[in-house]
Amino acid sequence: MTKVDFNSLDIRRKAVDQVGVEERCARFKSRSIKKDAKIQGLKMALNMIDLTTLEGKDTEGKVRQLCHKASHLHYSYDGLPTVAAVCVYPSFVKLAKSLVSNKGIKVASVATAFPSGQSFLKYKIAETEEAVQEGADEIDMVISRGKFHQGEYSYVFDEIASVKEACGKARLKVILETGELGNLDAVYYASQIAIEAGADFIKTSTGKIKPAATMPVSLVMLEAIRDHYFRTGKMVGMKPAGGISNAKLALHYLIMVKETLGEAWLNNQWFRFGASSLANDLLKQLVKQESGMYQSANYFALD
Amino acid sequence: MAKAKKDNDWNLAPAPESTGHVKIDKKYDLFIGGKFVPPTAKKYFETVNPATEKILSQVAEAGQKDVDKAVKAARKAYDTVWSKMPPVERSKYIFRIARLIQERAREFAIIESIDGGKPIRESRDVDVPLAAAHFFYHAGWADKLNYAFPNAEVSSLGVVGQIIPWNFPLLMAAWKIAPALACGNTVVLKPAETTPLTALKLAELFMDAGLPDGVVNIITGAGSTGQALVEHSDIDKIAFTGSTQVGKMIKRSLAGKSTRLTLELGGKAANIIFEDSAIDQAVEGVVNGIYFNQGHVCCAGSRLFVEESISSEFIRKLKHRMDHLILGDPLDKNTDIGAINSEGQLNTIQSYLEAGEKDGFEMYQSNVAVPKKGFWCRPTLFTHVSQSSVISKEEIFGPVLAMQTFRTIDEVIDKANNTPYGLSAGVWTDKGSKIFNLTTKLKAGVVWANTFNKFDPTSPFGGYKESGFGREGGLHGLSAYLKITG
Repeated sequence: MTKVDFNSLDIRRKAVDQVGVEERCARFKSRSIKKDAKIQGLKMALNMIDLTTLEGKDTEGKVRQLCHKASHLHYSYDGLPTVAAVCVYPSFVKLAKSLVSNKGIKVASVATAFPSGQSFLKYKIAETEEAVQEGADEIDMVISRGKFHQGEYSYVFDEIASVKEACGKARLKVILETGELGNLDAVYYASQIAIEAGADFIKTSTGKIKPAATMPVSLVMLEAIRDHYFRTGKMVGMKPAGGISNAKLALHYLIMVKETLGEAWLNNQWFRFGASSLANDLLKQLVKQESGMYQSANYFALD
Repeated sequence: MAKAKKDNDWNLAPAPESTGHVKIDKKYDLFIGGKFVPPTAKKYFETVNPATEKILSQVAEAGQKDVDKAVKAARKAYDTVWSKMPPVERSKYIFRIARLIQERAREFAIIESIDGGKPIRESRDVDVPLAAAHFFYHAGWADKLNYAFPNAEVSSLGVVGQIIPWNFPLLMAAWKIAPALACGNTVVLKPAETTPLTALKLAELFMDAGLPDGVVNIITGAGSTGQALVEHSDIDKIAFTGSTQVGKMIKRSLAGKSTRLTLELGGKAANIIFEDSAIDQAVEGVVNGIYFNQGHVCCAGSRLFVEESISSEFIRKLKHRMDHLILGDPLDKNTDIGAINSEGQLNTIQSYLEAGEKDGFEMYQSNVAVPKKGFWCRPTLFTHVSQSSVISKEEIFGPVLAMQTFRTIDEVIDKANNTPYGLSAGVWTDKGSKIFNLTTKLKAGVVWANTFNKFDPTSPFGGYKESGFGREGGLHGLSAYLKITG
């Protein structure tokens, strides 16, 4: 792969108006999603989840349980989709792969010194390569926010391009960690850098920093994806992660995707939720649509 | 955009606001002297739901005798009750009205949407809350008028005649009635003939609030009723919101009389987009500026000026956004674009669409289906129109946007001001200095920066040139209902 020089790219910092972005998000939230549209939306959201466990105390047992849940979301509700992927640390990729690959569920692995990204490029590349060798279908990398704040945008760009190369056939999700970027102008610029450097998905957050995904941040990223699509005709995926734990909010995210990018993005090839507790609320709402009553949380498995 | 696979289709199910608790009478009389009385000539006219063309109610048509009765009732209430009442007591009534509007917000919003065709999202989130806010704001002023105008003597005017349009029926009634009452005047109000219902509901609310008889009188009818009100000899002030054409007639008929007058008339606002603006948010602002309330807004941003360097990107994004506007049942919570207010207005809009096409401008309409019954117009954009065309000169009062491009700041200021109107304007740029430069040079009563169609009772609203004179809202709005001396 020939190296692209960051400075040769036709990208420029673009103004983003926070007040306007927030007003637009309020409009998405005023959409009323009822009946069939709701059921379809809830199932769609389930099928877009990257079911995630990223803890220091993760064990084989925990990963096994997670992987089982990925394809058996509820013990009695028929006709449910599976989640899109399970997302784990690199050391659990092999195990996860062996448990879910025959279910059509992808294995995503974080890499590149997740979550801080404060390490050397050669280790980040090595970690990525190893995760892919172990069977990861997708790599969730973090950008070097420190370098971004230092104004070393070409470093950030080159690093993403190198990790992309190390991914081979695995799809690359680039985590911007928007909670550390400080403002929406920076979110847009970081999105552009990631997309130009070869991101297959751009992703809001690691889940370790607050705020994680918010609608305004996600809208700006979706707009960056749209701008890229308008310029080049190429689609890029989006993954908000962290902080989306209830079904209503998830449905409003889907409305935002539909009205910003279009229905072509409404599937797990192009849109994901990075979440662990969202699945249960989606399930709770689905069961409620069927039975007319909310079930107690005890009926939904805590994995 | 990329084509969606078939199984990606995700259409929202209907989400209509329930109307079970809303009561619209078969017939409405005139509200004079604190009660509903039939019109002398026993004439009634129909008011229609523009989304279904179904008749909603029969409404009394006030003739000259009825107008006279209403003015007499208002004069009596002024002389015997309202002008004598301690201001703090007036204030209590106005606060009560504000609270009752809040309590019945849903009912008012639904009737506003049924009678006028506007989406429930707007009547619920904009019209009704703002109407209540105007009463709250002015209630607070009622006993503090001396502080509003320090070192001056203030006193009420007497009986004011108020004529309001059909685009924001309840909100315009609030804009007019609230300051008039706060300043100690009594009122004869004439709502528009296509949208009288919320004003009549407001009359019922005044009865519930125990407002003394005759303080507000509401007489329904068309142009001749309005004319009788304007020409009545015992009116101290006329406040009119409506078309420039009618405004000119009113001014002519009041020439030589001591009757005070404020006019809030038409507009053809420039919405100016610079290359350095936040483009996606500017697109949203342009959409809100022209498609809000189907473009039936006197301050609508109906002329779009885009810096030529970004025009193709801007047009693509604008069309993309237009395609996601949901048109249909005004009572559906997801509707963005409701029905055109009346058949007459639809015909007017259509004649402008034809004029634009005849001039050879490229017309884009969003790809939405239009219901079979009712009056509808798709959101429309004319690109690359010229300053000399009819569609960029005349007020269309519909969801029709005329776009031009510009190269320099001076050019766009000249073009923006090159109109007989001067009600509002919008400026979109990331650069503060540019905003201040333009706000001082644009001849418009309101200039919004990086936003559009924002209203607040504390902020004066009104026009330059043929958009009228006088201000509504804020201190300026109060002064229009007071004698200020010293």
